[in-house]
Amino acid sequence: MSSLSSRHLLGLQGVPKDDIVRILDTAESFREVLDRPIKKLPTLRGITVLNLFYEPSTRTRISFELAQKRLSADTVNFTPSTSSVKKGESLRDTVQNIEAMKIDMVVVRHQSSGVPYYLTTCLDANIVNAGDGMHEHPTQGLLDMFTIRHRYGKLNGLRVVLVGDVKHSRVVRSNIWGLKTMGASVALCGPQTLLPSEVERFGCDVYTDIDTALEGADVVNIMRIQLERQQAGLFPSSREYTNLFGITKERLKRLNRNYTIMHPGPMNRGEEISSEVADGDHSVILDQVTNGQAVRMAVLYLLSGRKEEGEE
Amino acid sequence: MGPRKYDKVIANGRVIDPSLGFVSEAHIFIKDGRIVETQADSPAAKKLVKSLDKDQVIDAQGMLVTPGLIDVHVHLREPGREGAETVETGCRAAAAGGFTSVCCMPNTHPRIDNQETVKFVQDRAKTASARVYVVGAITKNLDGKELSEIGDLVKMGAVAITDDGRYVQNPEIMRRALEYARMFNIPVAQHAEDQQLVSGGVMNESFESTRLGLRGSPAAAEEIAVLRDIALCRLTGARLHIQHITTRRAIEAVRQAKREGIKVTCEACPHHFVLTDEEIGKEFNTHLKVNPPLRSRDDRDAVIAGLVDGTIDCIASDHAPHSDEDKDCEFDQAPSGMIGLETTVGLVKTYLIDKGFLDWADAVRKLTINPARIFNLPGGTLAEGSPADITIIDPDKKWTVRGDKFRSRSKNSPFIGLKLSGQVSMTILNGGVVYER
Repeated sequence: MSSLSSRHLLGLQGVPKDDIVRILDTAESFREVLDRPIKKLPTLRGITVLNLFYEPSTRTRISFELAQKRLSADTVNFTPSTSSVKKGESLRDTVQNIEAMKIDMVVVRHQSSGVPYYLTTCLDANIVNAGDGMHEHPTQGLLDMFTIRHRYGKLNGLRVVLVGDVKHSRVVRSNIWGLKTMGASVALCGPQTLLPSEVERFGCDVYTDIDTALEGADVVNIMRIQLERQQAGLFPSSREYTNLFGITKERLKRLNRNYTIMHPGPMNRGEEISSEVADGDHSVILDQVTNGQAVRMAVLYLLSGRKEEGEE
Repeated sequence: MGPRKYDKVIANGRVIDPSLGFVSEAHIFIKDGRIVETQADSPAAKKLVKSLDKDQVIDAQGMLVTPGLIDVHVHLREPGREGAETVETGCRAAAAGGFTSVCCMPNTHPRIDNQETVKFVQDRAKTASARVYVVGAITKNLDGKELSEIGDLVKMGAVAITDDGRYVQNPEIMRRALEYARMFNIPVAQHAEDQQLVSGGVMNESFESTRLGLRGSPAAAEEIAVLRDIALCRLTGARLHIQHITTRRAIEAVRQAKREGIKVTCEACPHHFVLTDEEIGKEFNTHLKVNPPLRSRDDRDAVIAGLVDGTIDCIASDHAPHSDEDKDCEFDQAPSGMIGLETTVGLVKTYLIDKGFLDWADAVRKLTINPARIFNLPGGTLAEGSPADITIIDPDKKWTVRGDKFRSRSKNSPFIGLKLSGQVSMTILNGGVVYER
């Protein structure tokens, strides 16, 4: 039995506050483990986890894999380039093969929104969404929240600005849902062409002027800008994007004094973020990477329903 | 004993025929596959019914009796995708849904852009349980580039032309299609969605597409397409039929155009007056993926208002069969469309009549005489001498949509499990019973 209210983590929309707090609290204790000389626990011994990555990913996959190894789970990886997906096997067939392999948990990344949900309808395993289309990337949202909470001791009442390609970003969506549940105030900022339809219905403040958006904010979370968006005509040039939305030292003056700079990576230095900002004292970009492991350990552990030693 | 005066009578039903302005308890007498007369109920008529042999009488007591229903928007998939549907199975589904005539779309493989394929479909339909009217392609291979041999298609029996599934994106080509079709007095039926603006959208563009991270197709894609084609209709004086209209502003554009006297007509599908885009996020159900997409509540309400005030002339199912295998996949990868022939009557009754938007006569008009007139079809009426195509409906019968009960070869309906009121009880084609529940 999962120790959360759901057997799966498909997204942060609708996840109750208690669950989020539980994940973040659990991640705190795993975070300590990561600073020990021996970073390994027996917690998920005997559990087999499949990392099903249809879309290329380096950091998220490695982060999950490390989280699994540190918890002593057995880990297998499946990626389209080394599988029969290219031969035209349907998702259903792939999934049935996985079922036959007796996998306990599946971490899935897929370019189509809704695939993690689809897996829940055909597998008994716990499903963890590692990013589906433009829909959600809940562990990224959780690790961002963990990083913020770790720094401020709270989320409630903080002002977080998410900057960049709001339209195509699953990271933004998961951040919005999680942060709002936790009582933070969320602002979105990006070119109008990269703000999705009826974006205001997320209940966030929406800006197209970066300087106004940054005014009085605590946290700036900067999304990677993809070259293909420019090619699709959504903004004229990366030069102009940088001029209008790039986070530079100059622009940071509008933030609260104890501000924080975040980026889910990989960064385009000199485009959406200047090197000065990325490497500055307020940047927690590398902490996000470390924290990601702790958060993913927490998610896997809580979904598995395993109890720590001493607990019943 | 001499030859019988009548072969059959459909007795004691409540007859609704908007083409004759007839709503009354009546008896319909049939001979040689044609309607000989319709007699309002009277002691004399009752006596006449009683004088017939029992096996000649179909007792429709408590039932509605209407002209055989007509669906002007159906995909029969044959030739090319017989795994999803054939002319035979599609017509069986039609009969089970109360439809005695269907217009089939040309996006088969090969396309219905030539006489041979028209003929092929017509031959397949000879033994089918519904009349099949072929709609030919506007452009060769539905590519939107060169007109098909429309004269040839019409000569072979095509009743209209369309590139359904695709919008004729080039306005010059559409203009020529309208002008050319005008010579034959056939409507040009348009799938009105500007493809460039749809831009790979897989659902309605709204907060729902935003939330789900699915590419959206804006309502404006339909509005622009409809406004452009109304302008071309005005320019050419031809007959334009907008297929499966879904948006408030496109419907308003048609309303205005009709006021102006432009020869534009349109149809709406049951799923667009029943469902909204808010259904999709519940479980990314690929049966809800359809083109044009399920729209907002406001648009759905506008479709209903258009049906009520007559802006929308017909109800058509856009019956679009897909195999389970094809639909069992990622939402954005799934083919668009849902079957509809066998659920239309129940959805019309439950969502339009029971909710007080339409009365039976209004609804039957949009399923019989209106489509017949727009597509120049012979049916849609119980007038004396007409083919005896008749639908008998059990108006308040409660039933639950079941996948295993579909006559269609495909089961891709989002309505499976839904409780409906109003069910087809019998379908008569050419005086013969082709479906009986």
